[in-house]
Amino acid sequence: MTDLLILAIPVFPLVAFLLNGLLGSRYSHDIAGRIACSSVGLAFAAALAVFADQLQTGVVREVIAYRWIFGGDLNINLAFLIDPLSCIMLLVVTGVGFLIHLYSIGYMHGEEGFTRFFTYMNLFMVSMLLLVMGNNYLVLFIGWEGVGLCSYLLIGYYYDKVSAAKAATKAFVVNRIGDAGFLLAIFLVFYNFGTLDYTQVFSHASQLSPNMATAIALCLLVGAIGKSAQLPLYTWLPDAMEGPTPVSALIHAATMVTAGVYMIVRNHAIYDLSPTAMTIVAVVGGTTALFAATIGLVQNDIKRVLAYSTVSQLGYMFLGCGIGAYTAAIFHLMTHAFFKALLFLSAGSVIHALGGEQDIRKMGGLRRKIPWTHAVFLIGTLAIAGIFPLAGFWSKDEIMAHAFVHQHYVLYAMAAIGALLTSFYMFRLTYLTFYGRARMDPHRAEHVHESPMTMIGPLVVLAGLSVIGGFPGVPPENGWFHHFLHPSVAAGAAEEPGVSLGLVVSLMGVATVIALTGWGVAHYLYRVRPEAANQWAAKAPAVYTTLFNKYYVDELYDLLFVEPTKKLGQAWDWFDRTIIDGIVRGVGEMTEGGAWLSTWIEKHVIYAGLNVIGYSNHLAARVWRRLQSGMVHHYAAIIVAGLFILVHLVIIWWTTGMAGFGVALK
Amino acid sequence: MVPLSAYVAVSAILFATGLIGVLVRRNFIVVLMSVEIMLNAANINLVAFSHYLESMAGQIIALFVIAIAAGEAAVGLAIIIVVFRGKISTNVDEMNLLKW
Repeated sequence: MTDLLILAIPVFPLVAFLLNGLLGSRYSHDIAGRIACSSVGLAFAAALAVFADQLQTGVVREVIAYRWIFGGDLNINLAFLIDPLSCIMLLVVTGVGFLIHLYSIGYMHGEEGFTRFFTYMNLFMVSMLLLVMGNNYLVLFIGWEGVGLCSYLLIGYYYDKVSAAKAATKAFVVNRIGDAGFLLAIFLVFYNFGTLDYTQVFSHASQLSPNMATAIALCLLVGAIGKSAQLPLYTWLPDAMEGPTPVSALIHAATMVTAGVYMIVRNHAIYDLSPTAMTIVAVVGGTTALFAATIGLVQNDIKRVLAYSTVSQLGYMFLGCGIGAYTAAIFHLMTHAFFKALLFLSAGSVIHALGGEQDIRKMGGLRRKIPWTHAVFLIGTLAIAGIFPLAGFWSKDEIMAHAFVHQHYVLYAMAAIGALLTSFYMFRLTYLTFYGRARMDPHRAEHVHESPMTMIGPLVVLAGLSVIGGFPGVPPENGWFHHFLHPSVAAGAAEEPGVSLGLVVSLMGVATVIALTGWGVAHYLYRVRPEAANQWAAKAPAVYTTLFNKYYVDELYDLLFVEPTKKLGQAWDWFDRTIIDGIVRGVGEMTEGGAWLSTWIEKHVIYAGLNVIGYSNHLAARVWRRLQSGMVHHYAAIIVAGLFILVHLVIIWWTTGMAGFGVALK
Repeated sequence: MVPLSAYVAVSAILFATGLIGVLVRRNFIVVLMSVEIMLNAANINLVAFSHYLESMAGQIIALFVIAIAAGEAAVGLAIIIVVFRGKISTNVDEMNLLKW
């Protein structure tokens, strides 16, 4: 029964995808939306049931849906693994996914590509579910590629917009770099273990040599970096904001970008063997968390600020993975899914209210006009900034505390500064959007309206989750969440050092102080003295410009990779045109030349021979025809001459050849 | 009795006269007459040998030859008249169309 439920989870969105994709043009948008939403809702219900079963029995279930590849040493099934980790991921993906689908019905209302949008969204759900449920690397990889494809399709949803098409291509290409690393990791795993099943791989993981473990871990990390937008492959995520806002919320905040974190946690057995790889993961995470937060400080596009915030928060998760705080990383993944989806969706609501405006410099004073959106956005801000006791506080604090307790002080400092910046830029965003005086056109200001209930409803639910989402993880390191997840991540986890209650509480206090400081600065700059912000920016123009231009990373990549690649492409184009085509044309011309030569020989040699015969006949005839003078006398003379000769011949013949006859004549 | 050789000699002289006439003369009618002389030379020969060999065959053949010569003269004269109508001439040298 449970097995059937497990199989049903990805089948619901798959059916909806096929229905809407193949027949969607035959019925109204309304029906398409209902099909898409209800399929995800059913998947969520099934996930809940599976979760309940997992809670009751605690049995790790493996369900084989289909024997996919078998032959020789290679045995790969399309099979699902349900353990606490995939249960959490399932709930996050289907739950948040369901809310975002509901929201999308309101948000995308009246769009021409409404059905197409939901078709892609359902395909995304299928892929994401395969990704989190797969019991081997290949199913994971299929999901991995599937979500990448859907990400591409949905970023480029407004395909007639050049920037969207370019952003989609960029996301896809950058992701391919990561995917290449991931593929290498899969090959290495198969080379070392002869199988791709998680359970077998992880149970034999300890036999790996340290170097091989590091190699696999680093290759996996490359994949995770690409998908989860970490340094140095994060550049696609801010551009991905070209897609519709629900897409940003679902794919580029709550679910797909966390796939890298999920993958690392899933493979913790391999990472545990390689301290080097762990350190690199932690450093990548910490650097990204800080780096992206600094860029987020000065961006003016509401969605881009949130995008950099996402990159930064993903950095926290990587940091957590890197220091062995897998539970904390997944915990943060979950709470982040709640509040970042909330933030994106309420940003979408703001954009919706303003008729497409995304620049926060042209917002302001929206608090009274769209109170619901304001309220939920504020809750999201509080949650991500880490204000007690909202969701973000518990999960972020746990990662930071873990870093501090395990003496990763540098990483802790990075995370702490990142937290300060996070708090600052989020409150800056809130103040600029909802407070102060209205800076939009008067014409636009008149049309500001609160979003419909289908959009507000999911927002309220997500706001509730953002408030209470942290409580499963209370008390830190020992909450319900940790006990539930323990079987999935415990094996090989480092021994917990004894932590005094005092340290825990004081770390929480520090975190709260950090968050409040960021809030305070933002409050001062954007509420108390709104002109101060520009003054500060003017004081350090170099810093401001660098941050505003995102450290010129895009330009650097263009210079280092994109342009040389284009040049290389042009060089190959030249090579193709000149050398390859030259050879082909050469062969053609040689044939043509040969044909010309044959023609020439035929004309001038063979015909000449024939003509010589003809002409010589002609010439001979010219001589001999003189015999035919036409004069009767000539003919008569010739006849006489002939007769004369004949008579002589006969006489000679008779006289010498036939002597007896000659005698008789005498 | 006139010996056979005298007949044969007359015949040969007549034949040669006819032959030379055919080859030398330009007038078509003269040429035709020369042919008649050659036929008559042959007739003398035939008749002389017929008498010498005491066989009638030669004389009969001579009668045939006379008949054929008459036919030949008729056809020849007809051709001459036709040609003369076209050419206003009986000069044999101008009858040279039968060539290349």
